[in-house]
Amino acid sequence: MPTQFKERAIAVIVNNRPDVLARIAGTFSARGFNIESISANITRDPAVTKIIITTLTTPDTIAKVIKQLNRLVDVLEAKRLRRPDAVRREMIIARVPWTKERQAAIGELVETRGGKVVNEESGAVILEFTGDKDALEEILTRLEELGMEDFTRSGVIALERGKS
Amino acid sequence: MQQTGSQILFTALKEEKVDTLFGYPGGCVMDIYDELFRQDIRHILVRHEQGAIHAADGYARASGRVGVCLVTSGPGATNTVTGIANAYMDSIPVVILTGQVPTAMIGNDGFQEVDITGITRTCTKHNFLVRQIGDLQRTIREAFHIARSGRPGPVLVDLPKDVIQSVMETDRHATALPPEEKPCPDLEGLCNEALKLLLKAKKPLIIVGGGVILGKASEVFRTFARKFQIPVVSTLMGLGAFPANDPLWTGMLGMHGAYYANMAVSQCDVLMAVGVRFDDRATSKVEAFAPHARIIHIDIDPVSIDKIIRTDIAIVSHCTPALQTLLRLSEAQGLRQPERQIHPWHNRIRQWKAEMPLSYCRNRNIKPQYVIEKLHQLTQGRAIIATEVGQNQMWAAQFYRFNEPNTFLTSGGLGAMGFGLPAAIGAQVACPDRTVVDVAGDGSIQMNIQELGTIVHYGLPVKVVILNNLYLGMIRQWQELFYGRRYSQSDMTQAPDFVKLAEAYGIKGLRATKPGEVKRVLKEGLETPGPVVMDFHVEPEENVFPMVKPGTPLTEMAFGNVRAAVA
Repeated sequence: MPTQFKERAIAVIVNNRPDVLARIAGTFSARGFNIESISANITRDPAVTKIIITTLTTPDTIAKVIKQLNRLVDVLEAKRLRRPDAVRREMIIARVPWTKERQAAIGELVETRGGKVVNEESGAVILEFTGDKDALEEILTRLEELGMEDFTRSGVIALERGKS
Repeated sequence: MQQTGSQILFTALKEEKVDTLFGYPGGCVMDIYDELFRQDIRHILVRHEQGAIHAADGYARASGRVGVCLVTSGPGATNTVTGIANAYMDSIPVVILTGQVPTAMIGNDGFQEVDITGITRTCTKHNFLVRQIGDLQRTIREAFHIARSGRPGPVLVDLPKDVIQSVMETDRHATALPPEEKPCPDLEGLCNEALKLLLKAKKPLIIVGGGVILGKASEVFRTFARKFQIPVVSTLMGLGAFPANDPLWTGMLGMHGAYYANMAVSQCDVLMAVGVRFDDRATSKVEAFAPHARIIHIDIDPVSIDKIIRTDIAIVSHCTPALQTLLRLSEAQGLRQPERQIHPWHNRIRQWKAEMPLSYCRNRNIKPQYVIEKLHQLTQGRAIIATEVGQNQMWAAQFYRFNEPNTFLTSGGLGAMGFGLPAAIGAQVACPDRTVVDVAGDGSIQMNIQELGTIVHYGLPVKVVILNNLYLGMIRQWQELFYGRRYSQSDMTQAPDFVKLAEAYGIKGLRATKPGEVKRVLKEGLETPGPVVMDFHVEPEENVFPMVKPGTPLTEMAFGNVRAAVA
């Protein structure tokens, strides 16, 4: 893959209306841009939603996408979240079979990666981890080694660092 | 006072100074039509909802106002999708009012229900589904505001039946929102840079596009071009923005552009594009477009800037303030270009014009280009010309020589056959005292032929000129030039007798089959009061030239049997 293709994140701040997400997704699909991950939730103002989208693309394409998004009536602002200027996080929750033999390994993973046990039942636990993409990829590998049964991964969220 | 949704709707439309609706009734809009019966707004009943949207579009293109159409839910709404996409591509301000099933039934696959807001999401500038009567007035106001602001476009408002039927207490009148134009930050700075470039240029050229007509900026544009004596070429959508009878006029560029236009674009050293989006029909091979030029791009939509062509100076602005600022700054600084500097360039362009004017060969058959030339002559170039799509469209663009904006109504971006006849209806309604002509092919005239009924119903004196070659002409041309003359599904030899068809509608029909008859038929058709259909049997395998094959540079034009030049 040419080096220009990187996962790029944008923040889109929109009016909280039922069809806004469909419009944004439509802007991507109509022009053949792919959404890799998406996360949306209301801000402190319930009429305003913030959406973080990541897409695998070139700098030229991301500039075009942002212009297209800014043209939509319900989009208040669309902007790049460049890597060094923004903190990115994702979350996974994963179900791992619990046995006496695995107990130590699970505990060590949770300890060292700042994870949490969020559910215990006989025979399995659900663990929660947050981190950036690379950290989570590594954790998922470890979880697979531990016989992970199933997991869910959130979209990427990101926030610009303050100007210093 | 208690008002129904229908009453609130009409109040809002009146506030927007809507004087005409183009529409077709149906189940979900019966209450609106019942209220219409009591209102004094004009309603043109079409014969197909596609006719309604194209008519509203033609009305908007001819008048500069927002066109409005009213259709029912389900198939009524879906029948407008082509017209909506057409308005979207050409940035035409229209508001489409669609009926919808009651809110409680939405999503249950009800009778005549479609998710029209979903279907048109990507071909409207914006759309609305009104879920409660309290939102109705505000939504209509916003819809018109969006349609006419910035880069204009179609806005759809979906009106569920229960919302229209419900009643609320209101005495508020909606006041229309003025269109919103975002001013360009640092307009002066950018204009100064642009002026510097233009004044240094030895071979300057301006491309004018549809944006100048939409922005109602033809006058200031003309003043600017003449002040600096810069030659002007036009895209298809820009025809009429700058008069063809002006000495600076250098023709239409692009796939079927004039030789001298394409040569000028390819040799210029500074290119200023105003209200242009650099569509592929105009630029052809992008990498070979204006290879020697520094480019100044003035457009209201930032999406158009640097989308296809890299620009040196980008001015995101409505063209009027940009052009006014350029004029003001040049006046204030006493700037003008030394005439000697661009004199050789003007001469070069004159040479190109003499070398290869737009031309065709005459023979015993009627040449379609000849029909257009005679039409131009007999209307003094002042008619409003709507076209269909294909060869008829290109010949009208090449040979009619437009001098005024809002007189050339053509489906440029979408290229939708069937546009011309209903668009001519809309234009005639908007401009009752002008001569309105639909230039059509025998294929495209059949796509919305039923609108002849609308013409008769309202006594609209639309003149229909059919360039009848018994082919889907442009398709046949491509098949001749690029597909080894394999005329696959492009022959339309089973054409109706258009004269009899017109007469069946109660419209006068005329026919010409020999060149000597053309002038007489046109004259009679134009001078007869009321609508007329004129069927011209033209040379069957006439081609549109020049032609630039897609993906090749504008300089590689084919000229048919005259010569093929690679300049």
